[in-house]
Amino acid sequence: MALASETPRPRTWWRRNQQRLTPWLFLAPGMAMFVFYVIYPIIASFRLSLYDYDGLSAPEWLGLANYAELWTDPAFTTSLYNNVLWLVLYLLAVPAGLFIAIFLNQAVMGIRIYKSLFFFPFVISQVVVGLMFAWFYAPNFGLLYNVIEYFTGKGVAILADPDLATYGIIAAGLWPQIAYVMILYLTGLNNVAPDQVEAARLDGAKGWKMLWYVILPQLRPATFIAVVVTVIGALRSFDLVSIMTNGGPFGSTRVLSYYMYEQALSEYGYRMGYGAAIAVVLFAIMMVFISGFIWKMVRDERGVH
Amino acid sequence: MFPRPIQQASAQSRVLYQIALPVALLLWLFPLLGVAVTSLRPASDLAAGNYFGMPSAIAWQNYVDVFTKTSTPMSQYILNSFKVTIPTVIGTLILSTMTGFALGVYRFRANLLVFFMFVAGNFVPFQILMVPVRDLTFGMGLYNTSAGLALFHIAFQTGFCTLFMRNFISALPRELIEAARVEGVAEWRIFWFIVLPLMRPAIAALAVLVFTFIWNDFFWATVLTTSASTQPVTAGLSSLNGQWIAQWHLVSAGSIVAALPPVLMFFLMQKHFIAGLTLGAVK
Repeated sequence: MALASETPRPRTWWRRNQQRLTPWLFLAPGMAMFVFYVIYPIIASFRLSLYDYDGLSAPEWLGLANYAELWTDPAFTTSLYNNVLWLVLYLLAVPAGLFIAIFLNQAVMGIRIYKSLFFFPFVISQVVVGLMFAWFYAPNFGLLYNVIEYFTGKGVAILADPDLATYGIIAAGLWPQIAYVMILYLTGLNNVAPDQVEAARLDGAKGWKMLWYVILPQLRPATFIAVVVTVIGALRSFDLVSIMTNGGPFGSTRVLSYYMYEQALSEYGYRMGYGAAIAVVLFAIMMVFISGFIWKMVRDERGVH
Repeated sequence: MFPRPIQQASAQSRVLYQIALPVALLLWLFPLLGVAVTSLRPASDLAAGNYFGMPSAIAWQNYVDVFTKTSTPMSQYILNSFKVTIPTVIGTLILSTMTGFALGVYRFRANLLVFFMFVAGNFVPFQILMVPVRDLTFGMGLYNTSAGLALFHIAFQTGFCTLFMRNFISALPRELIEAARVEGVAEWRIFWFIVLPLMRPAIAALAVLVFTFIWNDFFWATVLTTSASTQPVTAGLSSLNGQWIAQWHLVSAGSIVAALPPVLMFFLMQKHFIAGLTLGAVK
């Protein structure tokens, strides 16, 4: 009997190839969905940007005419300029989030509750954030309007002023973004090596010097993620613009993501080819950052293995 | 610890810190508090110009009104949101535990390539997907349905979740898997009986995160749904806002109702939520 159990079981084709095939079987459903809904649409949008297409009749080949039109479209220039503004100002979330994280990184009674309440804005939908700030900015009765009126004698209706509206929306966007960055840094600060801090302290380091030379280098992974999510958040800004101003007044708050939607789907639009061209430009801008992130991640991966 | 613990500071600074905390919080949450108070203010206060003073009464009625006195009651929109969010959470978790397992456990040539396809796809602007995804959804007859919206969300979120799951599984001790293989355990059994039980924390973290992301989604809701019978609460709130011109007591009450489910989720599952968000923030 003992002999029988020692004879190797028949090696079927499956048993021989199991290790090689299993990962692909596990990947198949997820990859199929992802290729269908994400990869293919990216390629389709590139193609579509070369056509005139209203969503109903057959697309008509235009070559690069859509892109040529972008070049002379003042609404596109405004959107692009606003996107740059978003990107630059949104990055303020990184130092602001770090500042709040340092402020809250203490062990006093009830600090956990403070931390979660400070994080709160991030959990709320941007639609709700937009409505809250619209109320905050509202002319005549809005709180900010009244505060400005109290100090200067004349209120400012921020969202109705083409020069200020974009800043007003970016400020609303910064609120949840700062909360997100804060939580990243709180986690980072929690993991700062205490012995290094103590050693630096014995050497007389404190305040800014301590932060710059000892703490920040250790927070590098948190900073990397904070910058990634903030850049992506800035370029994805759509909800707030749509809720707070609909791109107005006079198109002054449009960003590429919103202008694309307006051209392709809203009542102005159904110029899907032109919209796709705007999306391709936005994608190209995003690709610059994505490639940077991926490059760094690949380098880290190689380092680990 | 950085900064220096406040307990080591002077008594004066300690008192100052204890005062600064609530003051800072109050300022930070000001827009939220303003909306919360407005949501309980009677309409008559707003008409009389009482925007900031004490409300003349607590008007719970506003909350009743957003459920009863609208063309579509908020409850319909909330139900629609659940019909998209819950299938998305389940679908995403099933797909991404599998992809994460494949990429985290097996070494094969295309591994890193497939992984970065998921990662990169996850960062793309939604607009580059918009027209084709809308056409695909139309083509399948799923335009303006919860299923159409959920299917897209599942696919897109699988990218993000794969990143998370794969990193989580790579960090598990490999000896467990090697030992099982030596014993001749089939690969799918390794997944089901060894890896899956260890992934519970990752699954919990992603469940809360995906729930919140999808609940708060506005863009895809406006692109893929149009009617009140399918629109999720974000899109619903936006269209109700159009009907409630300047009725800020209703806008405020509606906003609070729409924000409630993810807020509850966050407070109940805080640990998991933060574990998910801060993945990668520490080495």
